[in-house]
Amino acid sequence: MWRNLGALVRYRGLIQSLVARELKARYRGSVLGFFWSFVNPLMLLTIYSFVFEKILQNQDLALKPFAVFMFSGLLPWTWFSASLLEATGSLISGGNLIKKVLFPAEVLPIVSVLSNLVHFVLGLLILAGFMIWFHHFPDWNDLAWFPVVVLVQLIFTLALALALSALAVHFRDIRELLGNLLTFWFFSTPIIYSYAMPTVKDHMWFFNVNPFFHLAVSYQEILFFHGAGPGSSFGHVWWLLAVGAASGALFLGGYWLFDRLRDSFAEVV
Amino acid sequence: MTPAIELTDVTKIYRRYGGRQFSTLKSALLRRSILRDLRPQETFPALRSVSFSVPRGQTLGVIGRNGSGKSTALKLVAGITKPTSGTVRVQGRISALIELGAGFHPEISGRENVFINGIMLGLSRREVQQRFDEIVEFAELTDFIDAPVKTYSSGMYMRLGFAVAIHVDPEVLLVDEVLAVGDEGFTHKCLDKFAEFKRRNKTILLVTHSLGMVERFCDEALWLDRGEKRGVGDPKRVIGAYVTDVERQEERLLSAGDARVQRESGGAVHAAEGPVEVTSSAVDMAQVPEGRWGSGQVQISDVGLIGDAQQPTHIFHTGEAVTVRLAVRAMAPVTDVVFGVGIFNAEGLCVYGTNTDIEEYDSLAVAADAQVDFHIEALELVEGTYKLDVAVHKRDGAPYDYHRLLYTFRVKSRLKDVGVYRPRHRWIFSPTVTYRLKP
Repeated sequence: MWRNLGALVRYRGLIQSLVARELKARYRGSVLGFFWSFVNPLMLLTIYSFVFEKILQNQDLALKPFAVFMFSGLLPWTWFSASLLEATGSLISGGNLIKKVLFPAEVLPIVSVLSNLVHFVLGLLILAGFMIWFHHFPDWNDLAWFPVVVLVQLIFTLALALALSALAVHFRDIRELLGNLLTFWFFSTPIIYSYAMPTVKDHMWFFNVNPFFHLAVSYQEILFFHGAGPGSSFGHVWWLLAVGAASGALFLGGYWLFDRLRDSFAEVV
Repeated sequence: MTPAIELTDVTKIYRRYGGRQFSTLKSALLRRSILRDLRPQETFPALRSVSFSVPRGQTLGVIGRNGSGKSTALKLVAGITKPTSGTVRVQGRISALIELGAGFHPEISGRENVFINGIMLGLSRREVQQRFDEIVEFAELTDFIDAPVKTYSSGMYMRLGFAVAIHVDPEVLLVDEVLAVGDEGFTHKCLDKFAEFKRRNKTILLVTHSLGMVERFCDEALWLDRGEKRGVGDPKRVIGAYVTDVERQEERLLSAGDARVQRESGGAVHAAEGPVEVTSSAVDMAQVPEGRWGSGQVQISDVGLIGDAQQPTHIFHTGEAVTVRLAVRAMAPVTDVVFGVGIFNAEGLCVYGTNTDIEEYDSLAVAADAQVDFHIEALELVEGTYKLDVAVHKRDGAPYDYHRLLYTFRVKSRLKDVGVYRPRHRWIFSPTVTYRLKP
């Protein structure tokens, strides 16, 4: 396992070009091309803004401007959920490679996660645009923590992606199951509503066991909220580091599972 | 010097995961049997204790029937699958021509695919850059290299895949039946490339059904049969043994077919329901389906084909002496008897037909059980599968026992001449013509 993990470094050139290929191939043939990376999240934002601000009359002043608040949570979520959905099917759709070419299988789910990371980074440009538009800027001190959150999420997502992609080879149902599970997960994470709501506080244990809760809250504290803490207003830091440590362990577990099942891929896919 | 490829006592057991299609994650969770379900329940040995080695610079051809484990052996050498037991050792960079263009993405251009495929096969970006022009030129795709791969014809696709794989510059080249792709010209180019590899002291492992290629190209041949090593060594000798075995197998199948005929007709003759006009022309006969009919007063109870080896067989070689031996049973003495034999080729064309009446045997009578041999001194037929009619009937054609196309035999020939008629012949040249016979 450790040797394979080390070998992964040698494949960075391959991962790099596969991510590039993935991004190039995705919008090839569509009129808007790469702009879809911007248009998709904007559409999503329009829908949610319409529902929450116009229909549900959400007038919570703490969440103004709503677009910036929601984008802070929605972008990482999109990265997370799209990565998992793609990674889960990656070994099955890449079966030809696994069966016919000497090919490190873990590259496939990793490429899914990384190409969605690129979309996430592009989405951040839109978020920056909104921040400028609304004159709502994050605390610059907090922003130093931003790469940390991204890193934690990356490790967490990779861990799940590896485990799910390996299991999905044997249990194809995982793909169907995952779609529903992610919808449930999305609504039980404060992304379109605020974690400061009293109803959320009432069920704190439920939110605390949700790793993505801590990630989302971290993103929102860094990018949107201005706390009152001295020096840094980023109050969720300990939870974030705890999730980071757990993700590290989870990653090793996920990679171990992947490695155990590796030899069966070429035969079962 | 250590060999380039070395397999020691390698066994590969493919697992069929028990009821995998039906076991869902949910049920596996409910029964807490994830790990148990991931354990194999049924196994299928694809290779059984196979050992062989290929010294550096040598070419080994692997032959064998379908399902004999050839491709599994190749995948093990390539490292795509792991042996269940035993060790596989390969020295040097491997390039496997197992499926060409396996990693191509249809939406992006040939150029980008060459880079990604090259990197997948173990080259660095710079190495691909250096070889790029050569690859494109070899694939004959200079004009199309910037078009998306999905617009390529399958031949173009294969050529590009082959070009990339061959330019990885491997120490060990694994080839699995890929030369079937591409037109004549491209195949020649591939063969030239292989020859160049051999000259440059690279090791090649070739899996193919083309025995001629193994004979021409390989230093050694390995014969696998149902996962076991049946022979290894000089290609001519191994191929000879393999061909003999294939013939034996065909023989078994054909005699099984005969046994079925015997069983189904139960040795008894059906009532005369078939065509009475047996002496009608062969053209008409060609329309009659296989079967057995006749009055049964005289019966052909057994039909045997005997070759040079004086043994009943179904596989003959062109020029061999063949006897069609009929065991005849007469219920009572019969005086009006004609024996006939007809040979039909696979298209149903009557290659030859005759009977004792045509050949002016008069007043043929059978008093009791008898044996009738139809002896062919030299079976001058071209290679192919033939069917046999045998019959005993009255002079006016009314059948006693007619066996229509019930017996099959196969003719093998070293020469691939064609046609329905093979006269005994030879070529005679004046001294101004020179020639040399192929070895």
